[in-house]
Formats: sequence, C-alpha cells, structure tokens
Amino acid sequence: MSEQPLLSVENLTVRFAMNRRGLFSPATHLYAVDDVSFHVNRGETLAIVGESGSGKTTAALAAARLVTAYEGRVVLDGEDVLPLEGEELRQMRQKVQFIFQDPYSSLNPRQRAEEIVRDPLQSLTDTPAAEQQEITERLFAQVGLRPEQRRLFPHQFSGGQRQRIGIARALATQPELVICDEPVSALDVAVQAQILNLLSALQEEFGLTYLFISHDLGVVQHMCDSVAVMYMGKIVEHADRKSLFNNPLHPYTAALLSAVPSVDKTLREKSKRILIPGDPPDPTQKQVGCRFASRCPVAQDQCRLSEPPLTEIAPNHRVACHLVDEKAISPL
Amino acid sequence: MTEPLLKVQNLRVELTTRNGTAPVIDDVSFELHAGENLSFVGESGCGKSMTALAIMGLLPEGIGRITAGSIMFDGQELTELSQERLRRIRGNDISMIFQEPMTSLNPVYTIGEQIVEVLLAHQSISRADAWAEAATLLDAVRIPKARERLKDYPFQLSGGQRQRVMIAIALACKPKVLIADEPTTALDVTVQAQIFDLLRDLRQETGTSIILITHDMGAVAEMAERMIVMYAGRIAEIGAVDDIIGTPRHPYTKGLISCVPHVLAHVTDEKQPLTEVPGIVPSLREFGKDQCLFASRCQHRTQQCLTARPQSVNFDGAQSADCWHAGTL
Ligand SMILES: Nc1ncnc2c1ncn2[C@@H]1O[C@H](COP(=O)(O)OP(=O)(O)O)[C@@H](O)[C@H]1O
Ligand SMILES: Nc1ncnc2c1ncn2[C@@H]1O[C@H](COP(=O)(O)OP(=O)(O)O)[C@@H](O)[C@H]1O
Ligand code: SF4
Ligand SMILES: [Mg+2]
Ligand SMILES: [Mg+2]
Repeated sequence: MSEQPLLSVENLTVRFAMNRRGLFSPATHLYAVDDVSFHVNRGETLAIVGESGSGKTTAALAAARLVTAYEGRVVLDGEDVLPLEGEELRQMRQKVQFIFQDPYSSLNPRQRAEEIVRDPLQSLTDTPAAEQQEITERLFAQVGLRPEQRRLFPHQFSGGQRQRIGIARALATQPELVICDEPVSALDVAVQAQILNLLSALQEEFGLTYLFISHDLGVVQHMCDSVAVMYMGKIVEHADRKSLFNNPLHPYTAALLSAVPSVDKTLREKSKRILIPGDPPDPTQKQVGCRFASRCPVAQDQCRLSEPPLTEIAPNHRVACHLVDEKAISPL
Repeated sequence: MTEPLLKVQNLRVELTTRNGTAPVIDDVSFELHAGENLSFVGESGCGKSMTALAIMGLLPEGIGRITAGSIMFDGQELTELSQERLRRIRGNDISMIFQEPMTSLNPVYTIGEQIVEVLLAHQSISRADAWAEAATLLDAVRIPKARERLKDYPFQLSGGQRQRVMIAIALACKPKVLIADEPTTALDVTVQAQIFDLLRDLRQETGTSIILITHDMGAVAEMAERMIVMYAGRIAEIGAVDDIIGTPRHPYTKGLISCVPHVLAHVTDEKQPLTEVPGIVPSLREFGKDQCLFASRCQHRTQQCLTARPQSVNFDGAQSADCWHAGTL
C-alpha cells in the first residue's frame, strides 16, 4: 500500500499530573499513553483493544485534540495536527468526530434530538440554517430514525436509538475520521448487532475511516481491518486482522484471546487456556522492563530488565516482546 | 433421579408500578439439582434478576410480590416462610453475588470486618475464630496475602478483587446454592476468566449449586450444564446447554446466538453482516399478554402467535421451547 495513511500517530505520550503525596515531594505523573505509534489507512478500520485503563480512550482523545498530548506527532491527511490553533483547529475538528460509549450521558438531556445532531454543524461550520436542516433530516433517515422523532428529547429514546443520535451527530460535518469509543459496550447484544451493522453500512456508503475502540475481541474481530493491542499505555502488538487473530504473537494478546468465553465447543476444547494471574500493576509507578512481565507466563530475566520495543517482525505485524523474532513464532 | 435441591413451579411475580401491575415473572418453572450449574440468559429487562430476587425473598418491597406458584428448597416452601426464616435461609443456604461489587460492600468498614460480621451472624463461633476463618476465605478466593488484605477498605481493591471478596462473603456460610447475577459484567475479560475459574473450582470442592445469570452465551457455554433463555418474564427455551447452543429451537435463542460476533478460531478476508434481531425487549407494561411476547421481533410470526401464548414444545433430552412453530422451524 503506497497511499499515505489518513491518520498517523507517532511517539504519542499523554501524561496526567498526580496528586502530590506531600508538600515537598516532587510532582508525579501517570503516563496514560506512553510513546505510542499507530496508523489508520483511509477507508479502513483500526481497532484499539485492551483492558480498561490501558489508555485506549486517552490515545484517541489526544489524536483528536480533545486531550493535550505531552509529546509526539499526529498527522491527519498530511497535516500536523498538534500545533493547530484557531480557525485551522476548527477545520480539523470537522474532519474528526467522536462517538462515545455511553448513549445516556453523552447527549445533552435538555436538547431535542435534532438540535443535538445539528450542533456540530453550528459550532464547526458556516453551513446556512436551511441547509443545516436538510442535512439533519437526511442524517436521521440514514441512521434509521423516523422524522417525527426529531423533536424528542434523549430520555424518550432507547439506548440503541440514542446511539443512533450520537452517530448522526458524528456524521453531521462529513468527517473523514470517526473515532468510535466503545460504541456498543453499553447496549444489549441484539441492539449491538443493529448498531454494528449500521456503522459498517455507513462506512461503505461514505468511505469513512474508523478508529474503533473496544474491549470486546469478538466485536473487534468483526469490525476491524487491523488491530492495535494496548497494555498499560503501550501498544504491545499492531497487525492486520488476519495476522493478529490467526497468529497472535504477544503473550498478552494470546491471553486476551484465550480468555474470551466461546460458544464453539471444538474451539474451546482445542484452544489452550492461558490464565494470567493478578491485575495490571499500578500505572503510577514507572516500570522497568516489559510492563506485562509481572503477569506473563513465559517472562524471563531480560523481560524484567529492559523494555521490549515494538518491532516489525513481518509485513504489517509489529510486536513488543523479547521472545518474538522474525520467525514469528508464539513464545507460548 | 434424586429430588431437586430447588424446585420452582408455575411462579408468578407481579410488579406494581405507576403504569399498573404486570407479571414480571409469568408462569416460570425449573429445577436446580445439587452441584449443578444452571444459567439464565436473555437481554436486560427480561426478568433474570427478578427471578433471583424472588428465590432470595428479596423482591422490591411494596412493589413486587409472589402471586402464584411455589419455590421448594430442600423440602421447605419458601413462599410460605416468615421473613425471619427466610433471612436465615438467605444467610446459610442460599447466597447471592451481584454485578457491582462496590455497591454491595460497605465503604466505611474493612473487608475483614465485613466478612467477620457475616460469619458471626450465621455461625456460633468466637470473634477470633471468625477472623481466622475470614483469612481462610480470602485465601480460598485467591487474594494474595489474605491476612494483610483483611485490613483493607473496599476502595483499596481492584474491581476483580472486590468481586472475589463478595464471593468470599457469599461462601462464608457454605451455601448450598450460590446465585451469581452478572458477576463479571463490570470486569475485564482476563479477570472474568479468573473469576470463572474460581467459581468452577469452588463448585468442585464444595458441591455448591450455582445459578449464573448472564447475557453472554459464551459464558453459559463454558460454565453451565443446563440453561434457561428468558424473554419478557417467561421461559423461551430450557434444556441442556450443548443441546440448546447446538440446536436452538426458539427463534429468540437463535437470534441471541447468531447476532453476536463470536471470536473465530481462524479468520479469513470474508466478513458477513451480523444477523439482526430487530427491535427491543418490550417494557413491563407488555408483559403477561396472551400472545407470544417475542412476536414483534420474530420473522416466523403468524396470526396464531399474536392471539395466544405459545405452549411448550418438547424435544429430545428435555429441551423445550415456548414457540408455536418450534416443531417445524
Ligand atoms: N483526566 C484524567 N486524569 C487523570 N488520569 C486519567 C485521566 N483520564 C484517564 N486517566 C488515567 O489514564 C489511564 C488510561 O485511561 P483511559 O485512556 O481511559 O483507558 P481505557 O480507555 O483504555 O480504559 C487510566 O489509568 C486512567 O485512570
Ligand atoms: N424496582 C423496580 N420497579 C419497577 N420495575 C422494575 C423494577 N425492577 C425491575 N423492573 C422491571 O422488571 C423487568 C425485569 O427486570 P429484571 O429482572 O431486572 O431484568 P434482567 O435482570 O433480566 O435485566 C424490567 O422491565 C424492569 O424494568
Ligand atoms: S410463537 Fe410465533 S412469534 Fe413467537 S417465537 Fe414462535 S414463531 Fe415467533
Ligand atoms: Mg475507554
Ligand atoms: Mg439483571
């Protein structure tokens, strides 16, 4: 693929100041996203997967300029995003829109559905009012809401319908990149399928590029073209869909996959269960070595001493593990 | 076959809300045998938690009441017991763990104090013995350095550890039945795997029967021998897990299984749209109508489905589905 990725994130770091323990102790920081690089090809879906607290949301928010990056570079459509200000920043915001996890709290309860959907057009574009109305009406149909529902308030909709409103709002400015942050995690399985199918259809229709955040590996596998697996602020594996799921190389990726309960009996019997003990270590403590070492079933001395870099071990397959090399064989 | 440990027959529970009275549990019957894991699945709002609360005698006061049917537990009719006797059964014989362990733990007491309180309330042992027993329990639910952690407050624990503490409290009195209502929904998948492992081991060691409530078919497949698919306060399908997942007979069960993007062992370039079950679970107001309550979402619906509640159709191996067309689909 010679074409430039639509979004390319290079060495991004986001840190949050922590409460000082005492008046004279130095300020400490939590590195929520720590030197992370990934890219999303135009018209494709990159999924970021990982457990809660691994930094998925923060990475996406920083790429969209909704949280301040500490270090790194974000290039959208050839343009350096982090230094943008004023009108240029406003232009950039039209191109990147967000769909949030919680269809309950992410909509203003006092706004009517159509006002919510129109909001980005008003704040980010100079679209004339009449055209705004047309666009809003069209969006309602496109996300599967009925015209008479335009005047209703969020509480008058079901969870799935509210997520449709959130999707319509995200599409209002005709963005190129849509960041979907756990868009179906709060929904029941049947409604999940409805929303996932809608997102796929809209992507096809408008050539959208998705940065799709989820902790659900089944959903990720279904939606993505490529995947980045995060663990404690780091990407541990980044590969295209087939490479990642057919040959997961990082022990954490393998453990995540084996932890998903499966309805498929043969799959259950043939797959080796990799039970990783404990919880992730305290993110406020700076780690030496591989962050996964404390839970990794195959960790060796070198893993606890030096941090493995994210290394390309095959085309479109990068892994950060000391025990994985070009032979691309799982260390488990 | 031996007598079941728990036998629920034709249970009807009515909820009275601003919108009137409706049967949140509508003619539900099932059995739970000693040492068995039975799972309830279904979307939210189908009455899974209400079924559990009815068994526990914890229906929302002034709103919910059992209006018909029987709950036989270990030779006693629970629906006829006094509050006092029920409370004793709740503490000693049937325990429950909930989805959000933080809200079920008291933030101002250490976890040690909370476990000891439960032990003292239900067993005649000394306070010192209770503390020793509490440490043993924390150890049994695989919390490292159990004795030291007894002094921790709930906020000092991770979500997974809090759920382990809840399991420890639930196990404190060696219950015959453990009801786990979405115990891992708020947890990460690797932590869920640990909790499931723990539940499996505990069941093997203690012979406790488990009722696992979940919305995840995969979890059912891994944890349970028998399952009940609930829809709008009724049993849509009941039977052995392998039978139902292998050959679902009720259109709702089929939909629940096929609408989920299951992790595949081997992925190809091909991607199919997910099978959709249109619409949503009806609200409580619709419950109890003399028709199939799934009809509005069902592609096999006929006139009959709209005019009478479906009867059970039985299949091999004690699988049965409440659908007018289950036999011919
Ligand atoms: N505004 C904030 N202030 C302080 N810490 C934060 C803030 N936002 C996120 N964090 C912390 O950063 C880490 C990553 O969080 P997040 O990006 O939300 O993870 P994820 O989306 O993968 O669950 C977590 O440890 C979280 O507690
Ligand atoms: N305290 C309550 N007051 C009124 N309605 C309730 C109450 N609790 C539950 N319900 C209603 O009862 C039905 C079944 O709820 P529940 O048993 O919690 O479902 P599930 O556990 O399957 O998600 C739902 O329609 C729900 O809205
Ligand atoms: S009874 Fe009719 S509407 Fe109900 S599930 Fe069966 S076919 Fe569908
Ligand atoms: Mg997040
Ligand atoms: Mg419930």
